[in-house]
Amino acid sequence: MLYIKCPWCGERDETEYHYGGEAHIVRPENPDELTDAEWAEYVFMRTNTKGVHRERWVHSDGCRRWFNVARNTVTNEIVSVYKTGEKPDLPEAATTKPAPVKPATAKKAPAKKAAATKAPAKKKEGA
Amino acid sequence: MTEKFRTTQGTRVDRSNVINFTFNGKSYTGVKGDTLASALVANGVHLVGRSFKTHRPRGILTAGSEEPNAIIQLETGPRSEPNVRATQIELYEGLTAKSVNCWPSVNFDLAAVNSVASRIFVAGFYYKTFMDPKSMWMTVYEPIIRRMAGLGVLPREKDPDTYDHMNEFCEVMVVGAGPAGLSAALEAGRTGARVVLCDEQPEFGGSLLNTKQIIDGKPAQEWVDTAVAELEAMENVRLLKRANAFGYYDHNYITVHERRTDHFGPGAKPGLSKHRIWHFRAKQVVLATGSHERPLVFADNDRPGIMLANAGQTYANRYGALPGRRGVVFTNNDSAYSVAIDLVDAGMDIPTIIDLREIVDGDLPNAARQKGIEVLTGSGIVATLGRKRVTGVEVATVSSDGSKITGNKRKIDCDTILTSGGWNPAVHLFSQSIGKLRYDEEKICFVPNISSQNERTVGACKGAFDLQSALDEGGTAGAAAAKDTGFGKGKAKASPKALVVEEKAIKAYWVVPTDHPVGQGSRKHFVDYQHDVTAADIMLAAREGMHSVEHMKRYTTTGMATDQGKLSNVNGLAILSSQLEKAIPKVGTTTFRPPYTPVNFGALAGRGINGDLADPVRRTSMYGWHLENGATFEPVGQWQRAWYYPKAGEDMDAAVARETAALRDGVGILDASTLGKIDIQGKDAAQFLNLVYTNAWLKLPVGSCRYGFMLKEDGMVFDDGVTSRLGENHFHMTTTTGGAAGVLDWLEEYLQTEWPDLEVYCTSVTEEWSTLSIGGPKARQLLEELAPEMDFSNEAFPFMTWREGEVAGVPARVFRISFTGDLSYEINVRNWHGLHLWKKCMELGEKYDITPYGTETMHVLRAEKGFVIIGQETDGTQTPQDLGMDWIVAKKKGDFIGRRSFTREDTAREDRKQLVGLVTENPKEVLDEGAQLTYERVNPTPAPMVGHVTSSYWSPNLGHSIAMALVKDGHNRMGQWIYAHDRGKVTKVKIVSPVFYDPKGERRDG
Repeated sequence: MLYIKCPWCGERDETEYHYGGEAHIVRPENPDELTDAEWAEYVFMRTNTKGVHRERWVHSDGCRRWFNVARNTVTNEIVSVYKTGEKPDLPEAATTKPAPVKPATAKKAPAKKAAATKAPAKKKEGA
Repeated sequence: MTEKFRTTQGTRVDRSNVINFTFNGKSYTGVKGDTLASALVANGVHLVGRSFKTHRPRGILTAGSEEPNAIIQLETGPRSEPNVRATQIELYEGLTAKSVNCWPSVNFDLAAVNSVASRIFVAGFYYKTFMDPKSMWMTVYEPIIRRMAGLGVLPREKDPDTYDHMNEFCEVMVVGAGPAGLSAALEAGRTGARVVLCDEQPEFGGSLLNTKQIIDGKPAQEWVDTAVAELEAMENVRLLKRANAFGYYDHNYITVHERRTDHFGPGAKPGLSKHRIWHFRAKQVVLATGSHERPLVFADNDRPGIMLANAGQTYANRYGALPGRRGVVFTNNDSAYSVAIDLVDAGMDIPTIIDLREIVDGDLPNAARQKGIEVLTGSGIVATLGRKRVTGVEVATVSSDGSKITGNKRKIDCDTILTSGGWNPAVHLFSQSIGKLRYDEEKICFVPNISSQNERTVGACKGAFDLQSALDEGGTAGAAAAKDTGFGKGKAKASPKALVVEEKAIKAYWVVPTDHPVGQGSRKHFVDYQHDVTAADIMLAAREGMHSVEHMKRYTTTGMATDQGKLSNVNGLAILSSQLEKAIPKVGTTTFRPPYTPVNFGALAGRGINGDLADPVRRTSMYGWHLENGATFEPVGQWQRAWYYPKAGEDMDAAVARETAALRDGVGILDASTLGKIDIQGKDAAQFLNLVYTNAWLKLPVGSCRYGFMLKEDGMVFDDGVTSRLGENHFHMTTTTGGAAGVLDWLEEYLQTEWPDLEVYCTSVTEEWSTLSIGGPKARQLLEELAPEMDFSNEAFPFMTWREGEVAGVPARVFRISFTGDLSYEINVRNWHGLHLWKKCMELGEKYDITPYGTETMHVLRAEKGFVIIGQETDGTQTPQDLGMDWIVAKKKGDFIGRRSFTREDTAREDRKQLVGLVTENPKEVLDEGAQLTYERVNPTPAPMVGHVTSSYWSPNLGHSIAMALVKDGHNRMGQWIYAHDRGKVTKVKIVSPVFYDPKGERRDG
């Protein structure tokens, strides 16, 4: 069960929220001007990201506000939470792979999260 | 004399405190500190169960929660518990237990005939045997499997105990209170951080309780006592004993199953909850879950008296219970030598240690030799003797690659075999946390590799099997974890010094050969004891193409019993990998999933177990009246709705016939309070409704109502309802009962994310209003009496309008809308006035024979009129046009949600499944809802299905059955005969308009 920090209410269990799919998909202003393919792109097509995914959540059992979450779909790590209408750059560590656990023979400190190894993948802004 | 195998040496039992117990009908004694298993061992009882499929005699194999064999039924009556592990049950006075999976007794088990016929129980047995015909499944196969396989028996009575749940936060959660876990908790606790330490055992110490270790020159137990005393004195530390962390979920959410009163005996602590589930959110987690010893796979390795080496050591050292008189040790590593030494010191005869390694020259083996124990190298046990108890072994030198016996067999008499195939770190929780494992070629086991959460793994759980590493790593991790949460400086105190004896390398040796190749002859190499999976089964699975470990697991059921393969997983996949001639890391391991150990359903249910707390129940303010007046109820979502009101002697059909007649001829009353209601306000409210409904809303006058469809962007109908304009910028929206929450969420979604510039406010008011629907030709007369101040004439109060006024002396909104086709009014009053108004209606309506009706009659009446129910006629794939309701779609108002999708190729095609009415050839026959439809009576296989029946009723008013259906190209096929199919029955039906009753709508105005 995820632990999500609502930008308005703070940290709550996932059970208080509902998932709202991929974020930053903007409803076309003039649907009639779109081809069927373009309209289908808006209605049906999603990125299915492996890695950091910007998505929408609603605090249904709390303030009822929609907001955005950047979540790593592999580890479920939440990289960033921000309000509707915002789209901040993600922190560098967002796409960092966790470091291996040090082998059992090592006598020193246990594994630490390594520094960023690559820049976050930038997604095209919808609007 | 009892307890013949009790020594004077057990460190954690109190011999002066004798406890009586009964096992399989026989009385025994044990002592305080015993588990049921250790007490049985002390009494020389090893035969404790029968195997799952072949019913071979089985003995106690382990001393912990990984036990696969000693699965018992604890107590009788309502508190009886099936399938608990004898190794985890603390002995209490009067304990009664018996073996499961044997009939009539463990000593004489009739189903043991299976072991003669065991050739049929091979890998994939279930898939190969219980296939066709399907009709055999429920009647023949299922009962056979249940009977043969059924483990314990669930009590039929209500559970008299209570269970509860606790939610808590902490900075550092430490799982496992062995040397590593205690060190971690100490260091984290000293920083002042909130620390939780949990362990499945009744006392802390982990492996130190079982072994003779030295810390700082003193017995390790002294260090444990000091550490526990220090932890107990810390107010910021919560210590949980008898508490299994069984689930490690996202974001450091850990669930713990605490057995709070089991050790006092059933019902002994009536004021306390029996079990508790803890829900922890930890900022940092330290996993110190230790390791499990791995059995060796050799011929007939399942006889009672064969035990894991460390289990024998635990029974002797901790409980003072000798596993037998004369035992041999069979190993591929050094750790089992300390077991042999401890057992000799405890008074057992250990003549021989059989070691699969060619060269055995470590410190521990040499110490064993000095005790006079013979060490056979490069040798294996190639056969075991005895049936209900092992009586001896045959040993021989074996080839290093495991292919064959290379020397002459020699027989050694013994009543016990202590076996060690190395150690598996208990990586279950680490793996559940989505941590990635790595195969360690040197230690021959999977170890944690990449952490996925804020977690550290330490000690044996990480493959660091020596005591010093456990102490060091635990302390370091505890301090570092606390620092990461803002407590302390991250530096641990110097850890205590353990006396560590260097161990030499383990040798991988997965299947020990016997006279015949594995799988031939009568000898069996068991891998999964609880599910009776042998090495031969796994080899067969590989030959039959199960090359993925996940396929092999499901095909053979390895690791799928209640022990979840704690002992069998690595052996199983090692055998698979050698069959496939692939390295173990290439084959990989199966995914570990919660729960780590079985959890009682009672504990999971918590306080909800014996009451109505499991799911909220919603009732209207008239619920009590319905109940008193004999209504039957049906759940609609969480709501309890009156279904029908049978009078004496009436069944549902009779009640519905009476209720529907009342509605069509007189007056009826329905509690419609459960309809979703949303109050919508704001200067852009009308514009917003114009976007979310398919029809036009801008010009709806104040005082009027309109029925609308909401679509999703794909053009499919999602909800419906009547919305009324209360003021210029104020609307009252109704939704379906079940869709209310979803609609509100969806409105908010568009308001907040797509059109934040619209000024609109939505509030759920479902429970603020009671809604009474009064319908029928005499409804107007009743309303006039209820509200003499209001004008109910058609002219002053036409259809699809609403009026505010006083009804029965209370303020009300009256809506003239109809879901029955007859004249009808829906009166909304404040929730607290609902019952008053209902009673007043009944009182004034008595002279009209006012009839309360429920949802069943409502469904029949609306179906007579062809009104759809969202979710019954629709399933999210119907457009308004499919439902024959093109009239509800505004053509000129511009964009609204879903509109663009109407012209998509698939949505616009003409032969979509469309809503029609159906009448049966025989008017008395009522179709089954869900019946499939075909155009032809006789069809090829597979038959071309063209739709299904969505609603079907007997219509008392019409005197024949009616049905609604979705039929491909249905609108063009009016009048055609098609066929409805239901489990072999074929019914001829005619496609007609779904409006069966009053098609011109003449009854609407009364």
